[in-house]
Amino acid sequence: MNDSKSCRNFVAEHIDVLPKSGIRKFFDLVNTMDNVISLGIGEPDFVSPWTICESAIYSLERGRTSYTSNLGLLSLRKAICSYVNKYFNLQYDPQKECIVTVGVSEAFDLVIRAITEPGDEIIYHEPCYVSYNAEIKMAHGVAVPVDTHEKNEFALSPADLEKAITPRTKAIILNFPCNPTGALLTPEQSAAIAEIAVRHDLLVIADQIYSELHYDSDSMDSIASLPGMKERTIFLHGFSKAFAMTGFRIGYACGPAQIIDAMMKIHQYSMLCAPITAQYAAEEALKNAIPDMQNMVEQYKARRNLIVSRFNEIGLPCVNPHGAFYVFPNIQSTGLSSQDFAEELLNRECVAVVPGSAFGACGEGYIRCSYATSMDEIRLAMDKIEHFVKSLKQ
Amino acid sequence: MKDEITKGILKALAANGKLSPDDLALQFNITAAEAAAEVARLEREHSILGYHAVIQEGELENSEVKAIIEVHVRPERDGGFDRIARRLSKFPQVVSLYLMSGGYDLMVEVKGNNLNEVAMFVASKLATIDGVLGTGTHFLLKKYKEAGILFQEEEKNERLKIVP
Repeated sequence: MNDSKSCRNFVAEHIDVLPKSGIRKFFDLVNTMDNVISLGIGEPDFVSPWTICESAIYSLERGRTSYTSNLGLLSLRKAICSYVNKYFNLQYDPQKECIVTVGVSEAFDLVIRAITEPGDEIIYHEPCYVSYNAEIKMAHGVAVPVDTHEKNEFALSPADLEKAITPRTKAIILNFPCNPTGALLTPEQSAAIAEIAVRHDLLVIADQIYSELHYDSDSMDSIASLPGMKERTIFLHGFSKAFAMTGFRIGYACGPAQIIDAMMKIHQYSMLCAPITAQYAAEEALKNAIPDMQNMVEQYKARRNLIVSRFNEIGLPCVNPHGAFYVFPNIQSTGLSSQDFAEELLNRECVAVVPGSAFGACGEGYIRCSYATSMDEIRLAMDKIEHFVKSLKQ
Repeated sequence: MKDEITKGILKALAANGKLSPDDLALQFNITAAEAAAEVARLEREHSILGYHAVIQEGELENSEVKAIIEVHVRPERDGGFDRIARRLSKFPQVVSLYLMSGGYDLMVEVKGNNLNEVAMFVASKLATIDGVLGTGTHFLLKKYKEAGILFQEEEKNERLKIVP
């Protein structure tokens, strides 16, 4: 006899139906193999600059191991606001328009939860970072993807965006430079999107995490700096990508005091504050690691040039991405799906890439390759991809 | 070629002399032929004076020793420290030589096959040159970093193989 009484499913339905990240399955497969050259890693291959690590150590030596203000150390918020002012021409008050979070991921989660009422529609562009869709659904919102296309270099078309707007639309998420495509918006596209946001009275959530990693323009920008936009934009940024600080988990949000205050309430009850050691490290990054960051950007640029030219030589057309550290080549000529291409490439050549379909349905027919890896590894991986593609044609 | 690219090439080669014209072409958005021509010009015009490898200690099987020597010099009325510095720098034992601010005048890095050889060089050549008032010799015991390169291997940084 079985005495145990079967349990009902305790998992909430909206979480139960949420699919696992498309990357997860592939990750499990890659992990079973040795000697894989991975172009699938969405984080810098550099170790955090030493001045940052040393500051973290120093903060521990001084016994700085307590909680901080919910909003984060005031000295860090001041440094963040001054950095955002200098490089993005945006003025925020560190006392009430800035919050330090556990990575940009938390900042994103906070803003989505702070603004979404059940049934609110939130528009985002695909292919995109894997969390957007799920985050919106977890907040009981309706996720509305707008496809971006190779012919537009994966920038968001203002006309396509406008078609997706309904009376229930509350916000638009913009992530440029974009993971996984490396796309940027032109100034004209930004202006047109800003005009649409103002006309429809929408909030813009600008995920700027890759902003420093741009290769063909002189400066960084944010849609928040356009006329009429600062009051309707939440500027999300962090230290992970530009300063190679992924494991420190420090992000931040700047925006209108009312929204930052709402985000602070959620953060206060769920997270309390970001880790103090990492906050000191982040402050040092802004003070003294900008030259290190610029040096990393130069190296990414050379790698970008190499990987783009190699994909085009091989016959897999590849848009030249202007930012981030990803390329998103078109593999349709091979006749394989993104998933099959990635699996076959892994099995035959031990090279890992991520199927484009993991970033949204319109990523099908593409793969994402990260060039946050050494030149030698990129060269070797590209030779293997060339060998693989040639073998498919025989 | 743009001054900015020339400076970039010099900076890149100073950090890594092995960069090929292909590497430089990728970094600066120029052709490999243009990169090769620019490097040749920089070499011809003595903007680039040489290249060398930084070799791990003990790889060359000899007991080469190095010393840093502080040298006090009496500067000359015409030419200051330059004539004596030039004279010293021509000895093959002298690896590098700098004019310093502070407690002494010239810092001379000297190499030799053993302690005795370096000591003899200092005593019989360097210290006896007219104008040299005194020397202080410090033998190098262990290298931790040279020319921007660490001599102790760092533990490999393990990243997850796939990250969204």
